[in-house]
Amino acid sequence: MLRELGLPNVEALFDDIPEKVRVKGLPIPAGRGEQDVVHHITAILRKNRGGDVMPTFLGGGLYDHFVPASVRAITSRSEFYTAYTPYQAELSQGILQALFEYQSLIAELTGLDVANTSMYDGSTALGEAALMAHRLNGRKEILVPRSMHWERRQVLTSYLHGAGMRIRDIPWEEKTGLLNLSALRLGVTPDTAAVYFENPGFFGPFEDRVDEIRAAAGEALLIVGANPLALAVTKAPGDYGADIVVGEGQPLGNAVNFGGPLLGIFACRAEHVRKAPGRIIGLTKDAKGHRAFCMTLVTREQHIRREKAMSNICTNQTLMAVAAVAYAAVLGGNGLRRVAAENVHRARRLMAAINRVPGFAAPLFDGYHFNEFVVRSTRDYGEISRSLLDQGVHGGLSLTKAFPELGQSALFATTEVHTDEDQDRLVKALEALTR
Amino acid sequence: MKFRQAYYAEPLLFEKAGAPNGGVPDCPLPPRLRRELLDLPNLPEPEVVRHFTRLSQMNFGIDSGFYPLGSCTMKFNPKFTEEIARLPEVARTHPHQEESTVQGHLQVLYELQEMLRLIAGMDAVTLQPAAGAQGEFTGLLLAKAYLEARGEHRTQVVLPDTAHGTNFATAGMLGFEVVEVPSRDGRVDGDALRHAVGPQTLAFMITNPNTLGLFERDILGIATTVHQAGALLYYDGANFNAILGRTSPGAMGFDIVHFNLHKTFTTPHGGGGPGAGPVAVKRHLEPYLPVPVVAKVEGTYRLDYDRPKSIGKVRAWYGNYGLLLRAYGYILAQGADGLAAVTDRAVLNANYLKTKVERLLPVPFDGPRMHEFVASGSPLQARGLRTMDLAKRLMDFGHHPPTVYFPHLVEEAIMIEPTETEAKETMDGFAADLEAILGEPDHVLKNAPHHAAVARVDEVQAAREPILSWRMKRRKPETS
Repeated sequence: MLRELGLPNVEALFDDIPEKVRVKGLPIPAGRGEQDVVHHITAILRKNRGGDVMPTFLGGGLYDHFVPASVRAITSRSEFYTAYTPYQAELSQGILQALFEYQSLIAELTGLDVANTSMYDGSTALGEAALMAHRLNGRKEILVPRSMHWERRQVLTSYLHGAGMRIRDIPWEEKTGLLNLSALRLGVTPDTAAVYFENPGFFGPFEDRVDEIRAAAGEALLIVGANPLALAVTKAPGDYGADIVVGEGQPLGNAVNFGGPLLGIFACRAEHVRKAPGRIIGLTKDAKGHRAFCMTLVTREQHIRREKAMSNICTNQTLMAVAAVAYAAVLGGNGLRRVAAENVHRARRLMAAINRVPGFAAPLFDGYHFNEFVVRSTRDYGEISRSLLDQGVHGGLSLTKAFPELGQSALFATTEVHTDEDQDRLVKALEALTR
Repeated sequence: MKFRQAYYAEPLLFEKAGAPNGGVPDCPLPPRLRRELLDLPNLPEPEVVRHFTRLSQMNFGIDSGFYPLGSCTMKFNPKFTEEIARLPEVARTHPHQEESTVQGHLQVLYELQEMLRLIAGMDAVTLQPAAGAQGEFTGLLLAKAYLEARGEHRTQVVLPDTAHGTNFATAGMLGFEVVEVPSRDGRVDGDALRHAVGPQTLAFMITNPNTLGLFERDILGIATTVHQAGALLYYDGANFNAILGRTSPGAMGFDIVHFNLHKTFTTPHGGGGPGAGPVAVKRHLEPYLPVPVVAKVEGTYRLDYDRPKSIGKVRAWYGNYGLLLRAYGYILAQGADGLAAVTDRAVLNANYLKTKVERLLPVPFDGPRMHEFVASGSPLQARGLRTMDLAKRLMDFGHHPPTVYFPHLVEEAIMIEPTETEAKETMDGFAADLEAILGEPDHVLKNAPHHAAVARVDEVQAAREPILSWRMKRRKPETS
């Protein structure tokens, strides 16, 4: 090739780089063979102790669910995972159809007509939802539950900078941990862009006053944060007045992956779609009249609209969306509902068992729970957590620092991956602490 | 016929006949919470696997063929990193686990931070951003926090006209006014830049080499101009694969850099994502990095949240770990020598293919390119054809089309990036096919593709009457 270019060596191709900015090679170690690198990394990975070697009762947005092997087989098709964004529709019908089916799945679960193909995670989906509310009504404040995950709130804060938006906290009802309705009614003003609440709430119980919340929000948009697996057995937010539904899509066929890659779910009403962020796939025809799919409404996006785009997102979490729809397809609607129901049963069993352990109260908040609940203890939770680890169990997520008013408390999650033995191991470990 | 993509008249999952809905399962929730109907299909598992296998065969990845999508760096994704990232040790580790139980993962993150920092010639790294655009978002937040701490409230972001769309969108999303600087001969016009920057300028964002594949020779002059205005210089790392071991953002005077690990460090693009967009900064910006930063204290890895000046978080937890791990494996395997060879070969391949293409189509601007080049399909216009027709016809020969209509500076742009993992024979074949296509009758191009799964897709119709889900489709039956 050099001969073809009439060059003695490759150096000449770099003549445009001024001498002053040149570096002499890279200050990292030399390369190693594949076998060596695989050996090295697997040795490092063995230093971890995750849900694969001991039961984990951590949740807080991500949950250790069982993922059928077929889901991984599907996402391991290299025609999918080594492709990029389907800019060229004719060559990309496969992923386009899969994403249309993903959008359809999310639409069915949320009760809204439109879903995009993904945001980065549940927290950035919320940030984007707040910005979309502002685009729709020009208002500047978003009302959120004080009882939301602190990291999700931090991400939301980052997303609001540019629009000059503010967050206002709504306290929780002491008994249920859900939005305090009278505080919400007082909080809504003509500058409220949106009211956000989570269902189930961060502390575990489902929200059963959705009509009251919708009424309190008035002309503000209603953004609901949902667990998509819970939606298999609970009412669709679109049916109780949600304008936008966001959520962490990981429970649908994706692994927790030490926090990423995840799947940001974003759904909205059809009449708002032109203000929505992210890629959206539409159904159309090809020149011969056959059904075909393509990216659509692209004038919302960065590569066309530039600084007036609805969002800067380009690369998203497409493969996780494929995993989600593959998971729902492998389980089927009935299977998805069975798994969701099983989560409700598992949580009830574990709550009752923990509540029987002296010095522990579970659930701390009243209401119907999905797969997560708050446990309060009379002892320092940090100490409890360390002791649980020694006994081969990952305990719940400590809430003590973020919500000191809850005392020594932690959020415990349980799913269909936990056998009775797994749950009993946790309970026995807690009992051992009281002795 | 050189290529024929599979086609199945594959119904939507929702249109397939399956088992009936089983009604409400045994679930102890009261009627006011409970959903009565979930309208999702119930299909046998083998049928589901076949469905998605057929769909995959109607899709084109790097493993399927040449994918010279300019700016996107579509190169071979190593299989060993894929295997590692799918291990249960990775998949089933929860990010809220106690630090003592994730020392291995934290070691990976810490060492990756270090290696990226050294490769970029910078001082500190955050791995949190989920993609390049989120890296830009993080970078501008860092610049804003840093300057505001000095009492400066700057309102403008300056961009060259060759910049990626995400640069504009990120600035807009953060409420900054965008000032566009025109190019002269394909590079930043220094005089125009001097006029554009001032006390209102937060940052100048630039990729080097730029999207035309040209190295900004006056990068030091640009850095001086920007810094003299008190603004920060931002490196869009989309084209980092062109400079490994030759120069670095640190050496060029940049304050902030984002990496696209799915480009230069070849984590798979996933059909559109996930990616990873770590950000590196110089010392003065380090206190503002998102929390947590991974630290090493007396041989133990820790998540450091105690950073009072931090901008906070841009996404949950620590980043797209599965992708960070793949990039870590790739960098270890390549090493200093391998990464330098990546750049040499990527640049050689681009220049080799350019000499072949420029015999067929104009390639504006003189001199060697770095990792990519931009040709123009404008001669086709005399035949009533456009670049898009040529792009679609390339599919029939088994090539994914290059990026088209970007950068805007070049009329009817065709942006070609072969990458270092392509063989000479592949590029020769592409050039030969391009030549053959240019000699074909107009209607062959106009009606292309002929051998992709479907014929030309009607994107106008899709946008005019959007059908975006099965829910919408059910209400609006197809007419034919």
